[in-house]
Amino acid sequence: MADSPPVKPVSQPDELTEPFFAAGAEGRLLLALCDTCGEMRLPTSPTCPTCLAEGVTWREVSGRGTVYTFGIMHQRYHPAWEPDLPYNIAVVELEEGPRMPANIVGIENDDLVVGMAVEVVWEREGDAPVPRFRPVA
Amino acid sequence: MGRIYGKSSTDFAVDAVRLAIADAGLEKSEIDGLLINAGITGFSGSGVSLQLQNALGMGNLRLLNHMNAAGSTAAQMVQYATMAIDAGMAKHVVCVFADAPLQQGGSSAAAYGNAGRRAGPTGILGLSAGAGHFGANTSYALAARRHMSLYGTTQDQLGAIAVAERSWATMNPHAKMRDPLTLEEYHASRWIVEPLHLLDCCLVSNGAVAVIVSPPEQAKDMPQPPVYVHGMGQGHPGDTRHMGDSPETETGARLAAETVFGMAGVGPEDIDVCELYDCYTYTVLVTLEDYGFCKKGEGGAFVEDGKLGPGGALPTNTGGGQLSAYYMWGMTPLSEAIIQGRGQGGERQVEKNDLILATGNGGALSYHASLILSPHAN
Repeated sequence: MADSPPVKPVSQPDELTEPFFAAGAEGRLLLALCDTCGEMRLPTSPTCPTCLAEGVTWREVSGRGTVYTFGIMHQRYHPAWEPDLPYNIAVVELEEGPRMPANIVGIENDDLVVGMAVEVVWEREGDAPVPRFRPVA
Repeated sequence: MGRIYGKSSTDFAVDAVRLAIADAGLEKSEIDGLLINAGITGFSGSGVSLQLQNALGMGNLRLLNHMNAAGSTAAQMVQYATMAIDAGMAKHVVCVFADAPLQQGGSSAAAYGNAGRRAGPTGILGLSAGAGHFGANTSYALAARRHMSLYGTTQDQLGAIAVAERSWATMNPHAKMRDPLTLEEYHASRWIVEPLHLLDCCLVSNGAVAVIVSPPEQAKDMPQPPVYVHGMGQGHPGDTRHMGDSPETETGARLAAETVFGMAGVGPEDIDVCELYDCYTYTVLVTLEDYGFCKKGEGGAFVEDGKLGPGGALPTNTGGGQLSAYYMWGMTPLSEAIIQGRGQGGERQVEKNDLILATGNGGALSYHASLILSPHAN
């Protein structure tokens, strides 16, 4: 029996981020608003790193931002990504402040520029929603 | 050190400790402190552990720990050893790094890559892997690009660091890459993650390095010329990007610089030699800025004229560094700082070695520690 083809790793929702991925499946981008200090964040722990309180309210945000930095990956690192080489990886700074790692789609790698305006576009890998960004026309 | 197979991390560590004890003219029974840093294999559980104590047959340790703040650990071990000796807790402390990630027939990428593929990604932290962002090469490429776009830093300027370090490596018998390098050859080396070429990236090596810290009043009567600790500093920004910080371009070296220069009572203008953690060319550039050798954003122009190389105004990474010599994490800059401080650099020995800055950096510019060393007692 042939080996099954390699599959790209896709982030799975956990208890903390279930609303984030559920909204993503509907094409919406949410950020977590700290109930105590009001900081907007992409939460990586249940407590706010600014005020250390628990509790967030998810808010839908614009999905717009700018390219904070990017790189072009040439290294054969994960077999499922090999057909995409060379592919871009970027960090997008959202209008609301938080920065998120994502690929920029709808543009040639050579045309990428730090500071360019982008907006979120939710795509799918298998069944999983994956946030990517495209240049704003 | 290098592509040496058939030995475990512990085997390498025992070799290094045995050699260091002999070099220091000590008896094993005089060693009463042991600090251990296991490198990348420390994260997988296969690295050198506290069991090293038993392999070394050291039964009277007054100080023992296993530490891992990535590339900043070597400088940190010397700092904690120095403080412990000052406090009277121990007399002769061995600080040892050992690692053996390279498998015969396997690539450097495989040696480090396996760590990133183990668990399925979840939550926000999983977005990186979901975007194909794998490994340290990617993180440093993103940092370098940010610097290039903010300040106009060029590929030639990153290349100047690789070329200068290789010039030093040609004179280091321990260096793996000893053929001279031109800027053209640097540009021709394959991309790893743009803007980083292969020759912007460090080597991966198996091996070990051990350093012994002793009380200054005893060290002066030991067989080797002692090197004295004049300053110690640390700075750890972690990942504060959510707070709007930019650890990519303003690193923990800034905090460490305040402490290390303050303790030594000197400034960057007083430093004769730099041994800077160089996991990537970019790390050297941003570290020089954060220690104030030049202004923020001017690191590219600072290094471009070759001043880091042999005969230059600021000899830096005089053994070839991690880029061209050997990758023993923070022990690469620390070991070369000690060699230069002892005046034992042979063909590559710098003329003026009164004050030497040795730095360590770890994670994705997340951890930083440094020492100012000197052949002169403080």
